[in-house]
Amino acid sequence: MTERMIPCSEAVRQLWDYLDRRLTPEEHAEVERHLAFCRRCCGEMEFAKELQRFLASQGSDEIPPDVKEHLERLVDEL
Amino acid sequence: MARRLAGDGAEDLVQECLMRAYRSFDSLEDQRAGLAWMQRILVNAFRDRLRKDSRTVQEVPVEEVDEFSLYRTIAEEDPFPYSDSLHVDFLHSFGREDVHAVLMRLPEIYRAPLVLRYMQGFSTKEIAKLLDAPLGTVLARLHRGRKLFERELWDYANEADLLRAGAAG
Repeated sequence: MTERMIPCSEAVRQLWDYLDRRLTPEEHAEVERHLAFCRRCCGEMEFAKELQRFLASQGSDEIPPDVKEHLERLVDEL
Repeated sequence: MARRLAGDGAEDLVQECLMRAYRSFDSLEDQRAGLAWMQRILVNAFRDRLRKDSRTVQEVPVEEVDEFSLYRTIAEEDPFPYSDSLHVDFLHSFGREDVHAVLMRLPEIYRAPLVLRYMQGFSTKEIAKLLDAPLGTVLARLHRGRKLFERELWDYANEADLLRAGAAG
């Protein structure tokens, strides 16, 4: 049986789910086959990984001082 | 987290969260789980606010954002001609406040899953439960949210002159 080759548009649409391991085994294999020969989509995938790392790095919480002061006052009043 | 979910409404949201936490403090069985417990209360309060304000539900047609590729756009526009790590340099031209400003440009229904998944680390199943939405809806909104975020990153970088500043540096 011939293995299905997906176009770039489909591979790119599935990249984040591929990275999140949310695809079925068949879909996962289709994306892997595509990445094996498509340099541009490999670039897309590396960038998607970079973007995920970038978002995660923005995740730590910093409370503006005036908001912190206001909330501390509120907690004291509770 | 409240600021990323609700923007200018963060303070009200945290107040509501604190009031709810105070009222249901007895339901916290393990104090070591306090942070996760508070996060859940916060997301619940945010979800209830979304429901109350139906104007915030602005679905974006998938075809409107699906065609955009930030990776391709950066490669084609080549904003940093002397860079050998063009895409990484593009992301590093954003400061923390810039990223916050970009997130605030997304409709809340797309921003919430994006923040909860990629910044707060919740699983998609947990997000569906927290937002009381079907998993399929959360996944579709995550997809659109990512695409919208990419497009807004590019638009914001141009509007705020980040690219010229980066290229000059």
